[in-house]
Amino acid sequence: MRIELKKRENISSLFSILSPFIALGLTLIAGVILFVSLGKDPVSALYSFFIEPLTEVWSLHELAIKAAPLILIAVGLSVCFRSNNWNIGAEGQFIIGAMAGSILPVVFHGWESPLMLPLMIISGMIGGALYAAIPAFLKARLNTNEILSSLMLVYIAQLLLDWTVRGPWRNPEGFNFPETRNFADNAVLPRIIETGKTHWGFGFALIAAIVLWFVMRRMLKGFEISVLGQSARAGRFAGFSDKKMVYFAFLLSGAMAGLAGISEVSGAIGQLRPVISPGYGFTAIIVAFLGRLNPLGIVAAGLILALTYLGGEAAQISIGITDKVTRLFQGLLLFFVLGCDTLIHYRIRLVFGAARKGSAA
Amino acid sequence: MKKTLLSLAAATALAGIAAPAQAAGMDKVKACFVYVGPVGDFGWSYQHDQGRKYAEEKLGDKLETAYLESVPEGADSERAIERFARSGCNIIFTTSFGYMDPTNKVAKDFPDVKFEHATGYKTEHPNVATYDSKFFQGRYVIGQIAAKMSETGSAGYIASFPIPEVVQGINSFMLGAQSIDPDFKLKVVWVNTWFDPGKEADAAKVLLDGGVDILTQHTDSTAPMQVAAERGAHAFGQASDMIAFGPETQLTAIIDDWGPYYYERIKAVLEGTWEQSRTWDGMAEGHVVMAPYTNMPDDVKAMAEETEAKITSGELHPFTGPIMKQDGTEWLADGEVAEDGELAGLNFYVKGIDDQLPQ
Repeated sequence: MRIELKKRENISSLFSILSPFIALGLTLIAGVILFVSLGKDPVSALYSFFIEPLTEVWSLHELAIKAAPLILIAVGLSVCFRSNNWNIGAEGQFIIGAMAGSILPVVFHGWESPLMLPLMIISGMIGGALYAAIPAFLKARLNTNEILSSLMLVYIAQLLLDWTVRGPWRNPEGFNFPETRNFADNAVLPRIIETGKTHWGFGFALIAAIVLWFVMRRMLKGFEISVLGQSARAGRFAGFSDKKMVYFAFLLSGAMAGLAGISEVSGAIGQLRPVISPGYGFTAIIVAFLGRLNPLGIVAAGLILALTYLGGEAAQISIGITDKVTRLFQGLLLFFVLGCDTLIHYRIRLVFGAARKGSAA
Repeated sequence: MKKTLLSLAAATALAGIAAPAQAAGMDKVKACFVYVGPVGDFGWSYQHDQGRKYAEEKLGDKLETAYLESVPEGADSERAIERFARSGCNIIFTTSFGYMDPTNKVAKDFPDVKFEHATGYKTEHPNVATYDSKFFQGRYVIGQIAAKMSETGSAGYIASFPIPEVVQGINSFMLGAQSIDPDFKLKVVWVNTWFDPGKEADAAKVLLDGGVDILTQHTDSTAPMQVAAERGAHAFGQASDMIAFGPETQLTAIIDDWGPYYYERIKAVLEGTWEQSRTWDGMAEGHVVMAPYTNMPDDVKAMAEETEAKITSGELHPFTGPIMKQDGTEWLADGEVAEDGELAGLNFYVKGIDDQLPQ
């Protein structure tokens, strides 16, 4: 006996829209089962996970801060994924963007100029884009698998950052500890409103989402991305270049990841450290798919994922469950999203008897 | 925010009326802990959690505790610390070097909460204290044991990050070993993580393949001990007694005992006597404890016990000259003892270490 997935002829548009909500619902049900089997009250557990962080103003600010890098990276990735380019290395582009953006505040420490922040942000985006250009070049020129090359560049970026903050950029007044100087005030991303901690990184995320939504929906470039993503051959007939699209997709998603990196370092951390991301570049992949690769959907998805991080902490404190549950929730969510999508596009068929020759492939 | 501040002010005022003799004594204290690894690492975070439980046991219902585990250093830790500060914690222990700036940032906004940061050096506000232990004292003892026990005259050192605390440990281990065998060889592998059983196990295998027969580590998992056990080599436990993971393998372990410190500091908050301090204690104060000496002949055990006693009494300081730097220049003249301040920023090897310090 084996299981076959057969493509459905008619894909229900209703279920396509409902899919992420069904996935969320299933995640909640799985959560209830999980908490009951752990011997915890599922209602209070889910309350502290998903509601408690929303009940206080300071916590909402933290939610926006946490969601900002996820949304920024994911909207870039959504364009990339839609064009059928698989950039798995946003984590690395995030790091390189953060480093490129930090050149001014770290190396030219004490430079007083209103140009500081704008230049930091631009160099952060350029840094991320250039780093993403490497797998793009390898794919366009040598037909290398971009999933592998972009992923492996993540580790190089992590080690480069590690080396840089231990070596050339180490804080000369830092007792030899591995971190750069703290950024001066003119290199710190300002808050959006004075009363809360949310910095402009969240503003950038919203702007990027709206602009990219408009591009994908209303402009020729968006059409080109979709056509090339669905069928490169059809795209070529329409006069689009799939090689150019590889570069476009990678440079854009790299620039977005780089912007996320410099925003996080300048707005939230205030210096470079050996580790500056708890895996935003990877979590953003979940965010991109949970948001249906739609920039506006991604804003919602980014907030939901950020909520699971914050809720995980709240639940640890209030009901004493381990932080592993947070990871489990995120994994369950992705599993159900992908599962629902698959079942909407495909039918499951059980086939009995031996496989016929040729059909095994 | 306003509400919390008001109720805090009210609580302080009430306490002032109830116990005018004591500045800010209280009936019940809430202590909160931020851990960098999982409490089940059987190393660093596990030991801090043991310390938390010890304080709980000693103070009974006067103490309520909470903890957050596996909190990444950087922006996430700032939020975690702030969450604790807002949830009514009176004293917050942040137990990793990378929490230093976040701890100080949050401390600024919550002047009524006490903050204690482990292994750092910044106390920017009067409500921040630092604490650490002189683990290098234990390293000297295990260096001597390694030199006595190794058949190949060499040991492998699995190191985390080239920060002063780790460099102190490597140097102290080597000085201990050289006091027995001047030609002792030490190989160092940097894994760039505090806790990653897979990486730590790989490093252990590489070192054993390279011909060493004794392992020591400055990382938090039990993986190196387990690899050594499989290969029939010897190893030293780190942070906690790891004998259960290598009954035939562990020679001893350097145990971080945070319990007494946590008890003292929390009690000080209860009594209203808490003050900013910078604690760096060792064997004498019971903060660094050696696990039972096992799997070694009696004479080695006797030597180790003697060294331990000498360090505890202050008769022996591991960093006593003459000590040469790796490049052959003199660091400490004959009889000269390194100052704490210099050790706190240590960034070079002593002579004889077969590795280049990453920097």
